Order: sequence, then C-alpha cells, then structure tokens
Amino acid sequence: MANRNIVIDAITKIEGNAGLEVVVEDGAVKDLRFKITDYRRFLTVAARGKRTVAVPSFLSRICGTCSVSHLFASLMAIESAQGIEVTEQTRTLRRLAYDGLMIRDHALHLYFFVLPDVLGVDSIFDIPDDPGSLGHTLLRDSFDIKRLGTDISNAVAGAAIHAPLPTVGGFLRNPDQTKFPDLATRLEAVRPQVLRGIEAFLEWDASLVRNSDYLCLRNDERFDFLEGDVLNSNGERVSESRFADYLQYVRIPHSQAEGYRFSDTQEDYLVGALARINLSRDILHPRTRADAADALSAFPSDNIYHNNLAQAVEVLHCVDEAIDILNTIRVADEGPVRDPARSGRGVALIEAPRGLLCHSATVSDEGIVEDYDVVVPTAQNQINIENDLRYHFERNLDKDDDSLKLDAEGIIRAYDPCMSCATNFLKMDLTRR
Amino acid sequence: MDRALQRADAGHGHRKLAVGWFSFTCCEDSTILLAELLNDHLDEWTKVVEFRHMKTLKSRNSMEDLDVAFVEGAISSDSQAEEVRRIRENARYVVAIGACACTGKPSTSRNQFVDEQINERIRWYLDHFDYGRDVKPLDGVIKVDDMVRGCPMKVQSFEQTLNKYLELFEVTRHG
Repeated sequence: MANRNIVIDAITKIEGNAGLEVVVEDGAVKDLRFKITDYRRFLTVAARGKRTVAVPSFLSRICGTCSVSHLFASLMAIESAQGIEVTEQTRTLRRLAYDGLMIRDHALHLYFFVLPDVLGVDSIFDIPDDPGSLGHTLLRDSFDIKRLGTDISNAVAGAAIHAPLPTVGGFLRNPDQTKFPDLATRLEAVRPQVLRGIEAFLEWDASLVRNSDYLCLRNDERFDFLEGDVLNSNGERVSESRFADYLQYVRIPHSQAEGYRFSDTQEDYLVGALARINLSRDILHPRTRADAADALSAFPSDNIYHNNLAQAVEVLHCVDEAIDILNTIRVADEGPVRDPARSGRGVALIEAPRGLLCHSATVSDEGIVEDYDVVVPTAQNQINIENDLRYHFERNLDKDDDSLKLDAEGIIRAYDPCMSCATNFLKMDLTRR
Repeated sequence: MDRALQRADAGHGHRKLAVGWFSFTCCEDSTILLAELLNDHLDEWTKVVEFRHMKTLKSRNSMEDLDVAFVEGAISSDSQAEEVRRIRENARYVVAIGACACTGKPSTSRNQFVDEQINERIRWYLDHFDYGRDVKPLDGVIKVDDMVRGCPMKVQSFEQTLNKYLELFEVTRHG
C-alpha cells in the first residue's frame, strides 16, 4: 500500500516496497533504517490544473486497497473548499460504503497477510486444505467476509476499487435499495465468522509493547471514520482545519516517504485501528461492544500486534453499523448538490483503514484545483515503525538473523502499512561487524 | 468452470502453470483485485497454477523458469528497468497488467511536468533517489506478449488471458 505521503506534501501514495537496514557493532544497534522504497508518482502535483469534479477519481489512484478513502477525502476537501453541504442521505450512504471498505480492507490484511504468521506458515497457499483445521476455516471465513465488503461497495459506490458513482456533492446514481435486504441478511449470517476471527487474533500471543502517543478522529456521537476532531492520548483535541498545523514534517534521508511528529509533544505517534480502539472503544456499536467484550478487555493496549485485534473488532463494528443502515435507510431520488464554482481552500480529515488521512485542496473561482496536499497514515507511522524496530532489535540481539528478520516483518506487518509493505516480503540487510 | 479449467481438472498431467506476479510504480489496484478474486478462485486456481513469485502473499519467492510473468505498474528508474529485464529473461511470456503497465498512465504524469511544477521537495526526491528521466510503460522497456487493460484490470480480460496460457501450456491437474 502502501504508504504515503502525506502530509503536507505527500504527493503520492506509498505502498509496495519497504526495506530495512540494521547495522550491529560491538553488540549494539549502531544504525537502523526502515526504508520505504516505492517511487513517487506526484499525483497531487498532477492534480493541479484539473477541474474539481475530475480530481477525486484521479486521486483515488493514490492507493489500490483504500482507494475509497482517498476518493471520499478528496470529495470532502473539495466540497469544503466550495462550501457544498451534502445531504444527510449522502452522508449515510458514504458511511455505508465506508463500512464496506473497512470490512474488505481489514479482512484482506488480517486473513491474507497476518493469518499465515498466526498459523506458522509462509502464505495462504500453504494453509492445509483440511476442512477440520482452524486455518482452513478462517481462510474460508475471510472469503465470505471480504466478498460482503466488496458487495456493499459495489451496491453503493459502483465498485470496491476506484468507485465510479461517488461525486462532488453526492452520488451520480442512487443505489438500488432492493439489494439491501439480502446484504443485511448476509451480514447477519457472517457475524459468527467475524467473531471467530476476533477470537483467533485475541488468542495470538505476539507482543511488542512500547509506549506511544495515539491519534485518531473522534466523533462523540458515534464511532465514526468520516467526521470528527483529532484526539490524542492526553485527551487534547484538534479540529480538522488545524491538523496540518500540528504536524512537524520530518525528512527521512533513506526513505521516499516523509515522516511526521506531532508538534505539541515532539514525539512519534501512532495512527490506525489500535489508536481508534484505544481512544474510542466506548462508542463502538452496542452489539459489537457486547459480543466482542473479551477482545475489548485487552484495550487500551500498547502492544503493536493488537493493531490486528483492533482491526478485527472494527470489522464487526462495520458489519453491525452496515446492518443498521441497510435496514433503516429509505433512499430518495437525489442528485448531487452542485453550486457555482468559487475560490477557497478546503480540508478533509478522515480515518483511512490505516489511520488519519488528510486531504487539502485549493480551488480557483473557475473551479480549477490550484494546489493539493495529502498526508497519509503510513507516513505518519513511519517514525513509530522505525522506533519500534530499534526497540525490538536492541533487546533481542541474541536471536539469530532469520529470527530477527521474521520479527521485523511481523512488527512492520502489524502496522498494515499499505499493500506491499504489509505483504509477506521485506528486503532486509543485516550487517554484523 | 470454463473449458480450460475443466480440461485441466479432468486431465492427468503433472505440472502447473508457473506464474509470477510483480508490481512496479502504481497503486497496486490490480494486485488487490487479484487477491479478491481468490475469494472465489483459490481452490480452483491452485490446482492448476503455481504462484511461484508473488510478494503480496508470499515470503519465499522465486522467479526461475516462469511460464508467465504478470507485471503491474510503470517503470520509474534504471533499477526497475533492470529488474523487469530479469523478469523477461526468466519468463517465457510476459503480460502487462493494468493501465500503468499497459500505457504508463497515470504513473507517467510527471513526464509532463514543467519545471516550475517541480518544487523543492519533489526535486529532492528526484535527485536523492534513482529516478529515471521519464516514467515508461512496460513495453517501453521490454517485449510484452499480452496486455490486460483497465484501472484496475478488467477481470474478464484477466481470466481470459490466464485461460489462454493454461491452454497454451496444456496444464493439467496433478493426478
């Protein structure tokens, strides 16, 4: 996925390839470099000069796995710049589409990338074709869960990847509500499978504990991925329009992604499911809180591997929220809200699957995008990832190289740093002198 | 199940189609789509396909003696070009996957930037890492045998292409 830009100048999404270089001298870690090595595409620069209605679809190409996040953040930033207020129906349908994204995206990470680690195999291709084994069952569960996420996205947004129907001001076409009852029925049926996954990740004993500051979006009304203020571990809140002012950009010489510190603490911080569950588990869907109570008792947690457990809980929350929306919404025949173009700057801060995502757009009075910035979650987590790796290596130099490589991959994978970094591959050179 | 897979399923051969899946400069949407296709096709495909190289899903990978290499993404640098040439040398057939590999777009956006668009921070990246002067589509670097177009790739086109190579290599399921 990976990774991304973030910030203030994040111009392209970062995912794909990451490397790690560790130099150990005289029994100590002398140098450790977590390197994001994807080549940038500078899409935010390429967005300049395009009409506002064309930009969100273009920028969804920042990321293949969470394209809906970039699409919605871009729509919301442009709507903010243009003073467009979308309808309550649009806000609800976006939440529903987003539930579909989270279900599919989290499940892909949990079951296709992390589950082999839990089972002690190399890949999903190595999970025994034995219907009696837990691995076989969980993998089949994942097919049902991910398919549902995709089907929700298809029904509301037209596709799960680079969705064509969401547009500035709403949707180009209203969803076919006749499909909703079947989706709700299937979501209800999949809940036991989701709970089985939560149990599996709760029982996994992998651990790396290092105190961190957590940042997430907080909407006191409900557990919300799309609306709210930024909350940190100290309970301080920052409005979305001021978020970028709080970020301290850090150029990392060995990485093609920026890093960030939160300027009021000067510390690294963590964004993503672990931050969200740590800080907002009290407002998860009531059914989720009831049925995932055992898992939720593990939080607040500073164990980075609990980011996986937090994602598993969020899958259930999104299933439960989607069931509610599908059962209650009455879709009216609305068109997108459009106003005459005006000059302005708009900011949208949302939660992508991997954490806080910020889009900001500057628009001319002719409706042309003049400037654009993106801050993506993996860039925000990059310093934290490197510090976690250093912490682990400093305390485990007695392990052999292969064990350390496996540990490093597991730590990095726990962050779910966009697609390629979250894969079962990490190029790592370990030099002992 | 279509004809090629039916035949493979019913046969008595001893080999699978050796496949590699590679990603270069892109958003990896087609990789995600392939992973989602496994929801419906994992059991069916693993009978006839060996995913020999697929960093998205495997730690242990090899690109030796590939029957087909599926390559996603545009080529941004000499080191990527070198890698894709190695893939070409190790694969009997190479298939470009998705818009960035087939046409370069949108990853080639920077080829059209005028100088004033290249601000200080962008220039730092271009100078500090080994970016090539231009981003290229896959066939700008190596010979490409087939293209699966789309952003992300069109599923039907991918399945047709996969079946074409199953037919070509007369792959049959282990007996």
